Amino acid sequence: MRLNPGTTATARHLWAIVGLCVVVLAAAFAIRSEYDEGVLVLVLLWATLSVAWNLLSGYSGLFSFGHAAFWGLGAYTVALGLVNFGLTPWLGIPLAAVVGGCAGALIGYPTFRLRGHYFALAMLAYPLAMLYVFEWLGYQEVPLPMERTAPILYMQFDDKRAYVVLALALLVAALLVSLWVETTRFGRALMAIKQNEPAAEAAGIDTWRWKMRAIVLSGALAAMAGGLYAVVLLVVTPDSVFGMLVSSQPLILSLFGGIGSLWGPVIGATVLVPLAEVLNAQLGDKIPGIQGVVYGVAIIAIILWAPEGVYWRVREKVTRSGLAGSEPRPRSAPVMALPQPRSGQGDLLVLRGVGISFGGLRALDDVGLSVQDGSLHGIIGPNGAGKTTLFNVINGFLRPQSGSIAFAGTSLLGLMPNRVCRCGIGRTFQVVRAFARMTVVENVIVGAYIGARDDRVAEQMALAALDRVGIADRADSMAGGLTTRELRLMELARALVPQPRLLLLDETLAGLGHEDLDSILSVIRRLRDEGMTVLIIEHTMQAMVRLVDRFTVLDHGRVIASGAPAEVVRDRRVIEAYLGRRWTDRVSETAAGDI
Amino acid sequence: MPFSLLDFMQALAAGIMVGGAYALMCIGLGIIFGAMRVVNFAQGDFMMLGMYVAFYLTTGFGVLAFLGPYAGPIVGAFLAGPAVFAIGWVLHRFLVSRVTGTGVTQAEGAGGYAQILVTLGLALIFQNGGLILFGSAPTGIRTPLSRASFEIGSVLLNEAKAVSFVVAVVLVAAVYLFLTHTRHGKGLRAAADNSTAAIYMGIDVDRAHRIAWSLGVGITAVAGGLLASTQSFQPYVGFDFVIVMYAGVVLGGLGSILGAFWGGLLIGIVQQLSTLVLPYQLQNTAIFVVFLLIVFLRPQGLFGRLSERT
Repeated sequence: MRLNPGTTATARHLWAIVGLCVVVLAAAFAIRSEYDEGVLVLVLLWATLSVAWNLLSGYSGLFSFGHAAFWGLGAYTVALGLVNFGLTPWLGIPLAAVVGGCAGALIGYPTFRLRGHYFALAMLAYPLAMLYVFEWLGYQEVPLPMERTAPILYMQFDDKRAYVVLALALLVAALLVSLWVETTRFGRALMAIKQNEPAAEAAGIDTWRWKMRAIVLSGALAAMAGGLYAVVLLVVTPDSVFGMLVSSQPLILSLFGGIGSLWGPVIGATVLVPLAEVLNAQLGDKIPGIQGVVYGVAIIAIILWAPEGVYWRVREKVTRSGLAGSEPRPRSAPVMALPQPRSGQGDLLVLRGVGISFGGLRALDDVGLSVQDGSLHGIIGPNGAGKTTLFNVINGFLRPQSGSIAFAGTSLLGLMPNRVCRCGIGRTFQVVRAFARMTVVENVIVGAYIGARDDRVAEQMALAALDRVGIADRADSMAGGLTTRELRLMELARALVPQPRLLLLDETLAGLGHEDLDSILSVIRRLRDEGMTVLIIEHTMQAMVRLVDRFTVLDHGRVIASGAPAEVVRDRRVIEAYLGRRWTDRVSETAAGDI
Repeated sequence: MPFSLLDFMQALAAGIMVGGAYALMCIGLGIIFGAMRVVNFAQGDFMMLGMYVAFYLTTGFGVLAFLGPYAGPIVGAFLAGPAVFAIGWVLHRFLVSRVTGTGVTQAEGAGGYAQILVTLGLALIFQNGGLILFGSAPTGIRTPLSRASFEIGSVLLNEAKAVSFVVAVVLVAAVYLFLTHTRHGKGLRAAADNSTAAIYMGIDVDRAHRIAWSLGVGITAVAGGLLASTQSFQPYVGFDFVIVMYAGVVLGGLGSILGAFWGGLLIGIVQQLSTLVLPYQLQNTAIFVVFLLIVFLRPQGLFGRLSERT
């Protein structure tokens, strides 16, 4: 595990973790009552679960409503291991990590096919199903036996402060893993998935693999915390480890503290867990239920004040008051040159007989297309002609029902978009798919991970690509604040950075004014002159005629014309597709009159 | 076969009967989810409120005692609707609308997280507030119907369940007519289908959301009121039904009202049929398995449609 050295943010976080250890240990020794020590252990354990949850759901945006599955499996691994096999928790907790990691893989494998609400709801079902299964298996209540002969060998301490140290160790481990994720390409990949999964996939990120890694890590950490929870509580019941309350706990704590941040989950646990415990102790016996009501009201009140969580709210306030103004990063000037693609002769991309239909709609019908190496090839056609569908078929978002697609001699059929990207095909989108909450250079770095082994090289490549399209000066701006022209160029840079041989540009010129149009046209021309092959979609003829070497015209999913721009614009079928039959009739009448 | 045909018919009949109430509560959730895209964790607790409203109107305070033991529980269940509708209206007006709707960025920022926390907070408040107000002892509405049965062939039908089934189906039809034939209903469906387009067509989407939310919790409360005379309950009962509701709604297809009806009905049948081959404790596990299968094999549900544009 290698943390990005030298970056001040990482160093700050590491010092904060050291600070956390000092504070917790000092608190453990200052506290006199066993009850308070117990609360402290709970804070640390729930914080660990929340950090684990955040590692998956906070960074990738895939909400898990079912982390109790991992917590519970960890608890039962430790408890049943001790009861049935005399396995000490010292080994049981690492074993729980293995079980949790495997469960993560088994759950993630099918469930990652789902997106958004479906993913969240499916995750809800796993722990509840396990709850009933464990009840049915007869594990309604599993007490951990006291080992009087060698208590320490079985993680049983008279001095409860030992549990504080153990729980702190788990939390620190979770934080370090989380920090490692956050500062490496792992975290960037997850954040890219959160902000725009198709764009991440098209930029060459193997989204499925990163998600699987995240859930395995997250499951392992959550299961370890669950295992220690069993040791501390000395009894495990299905409700207490698989219940809805366990699943909602990391959600509440992370959302409250600040989702997608390293410290948010810790803040949430530090505030809310003691609050709940104190309410329970003070009010619980007088009016049962009142603690839950107060807790619920507190959560709602704070979320109305800080919908994005305490951490982000406070950070925003601090940054705004200028206490911690972000210093502009000094940029190492030497921008490395990207190697140019060699252009050869012959066809780089060949489509034959490609067809796909949605329900009854034939979106592409027997489409054939040859894109010459080093050429600038335009696809035009009216709305709904199937242009974007054609791109989606080429770059792997859609799988054609018939036909073949060959790129530089190899078939692309059945490849995931990230694989297609790795083959050397970059693409942009009709509606710009930016990662709005990342800086421009971070947006582009996402595309650089294919070629670069090292994160530093990736950054250099990203800067080079930005320089190539002419917006290097915007590298540190947030993508959300760019103009349309800059967004288009940024997306272009992201597609360029893996050094593709073929670029697919989907209506890159749409919605641009005259000057912006010219500046982008000149960038595209320069790319072609440098040897890049470009396939570009447009529906405005005018801009295209000036730009491309060859045209292919699509209408109703069929290729109706193909050839040099001058020929194509005079093609009768093309005019008909664009302007209607009546127009062609009139044109031919005038033509006849001329003769 | 470990069970006879009669057992099968009996379980099927029981499934259909309980499925009626499930279908009704699924429609309630389906309206909210379809229109607002909000995962409402408190939905089960609104149902619990419906149960207690019906309980206090009939057995508890006996306001409806004059209607007799037969009509009383049904009228009580119906009245749970407007009562919870009003609670929902107020909650949406002052709380839910602040974290949902057109004014809140749904895509990525704060909106989605805040909604989840607010409904989780509401669930906590309802469950524990219920504990304070109603106590923790399980209770239920007693009607002579609970112990009487119709006999069709050799299949026994519990009269209370049969009556609640009929009432549920009638109410489902009424809701369906409301959504398809009234101005508010059509606006609500338009807002659910494409809220941006609906705004451009002059529909007050925020108002449509308020109607959807209140109607959704109200309908689910009626379903709770009907179940109150066929089973015992306590303030924490809502959790058990959250998964039933989501399973039914997903099974039918998110956003489809008819789908929610059939989804709820099917979940009831699956739950009862599973008792033939599985031990009692695994009844709900069967629902989860069906739920997961549906989600994986046909995520758009039985009546839903998939549409995504790149």
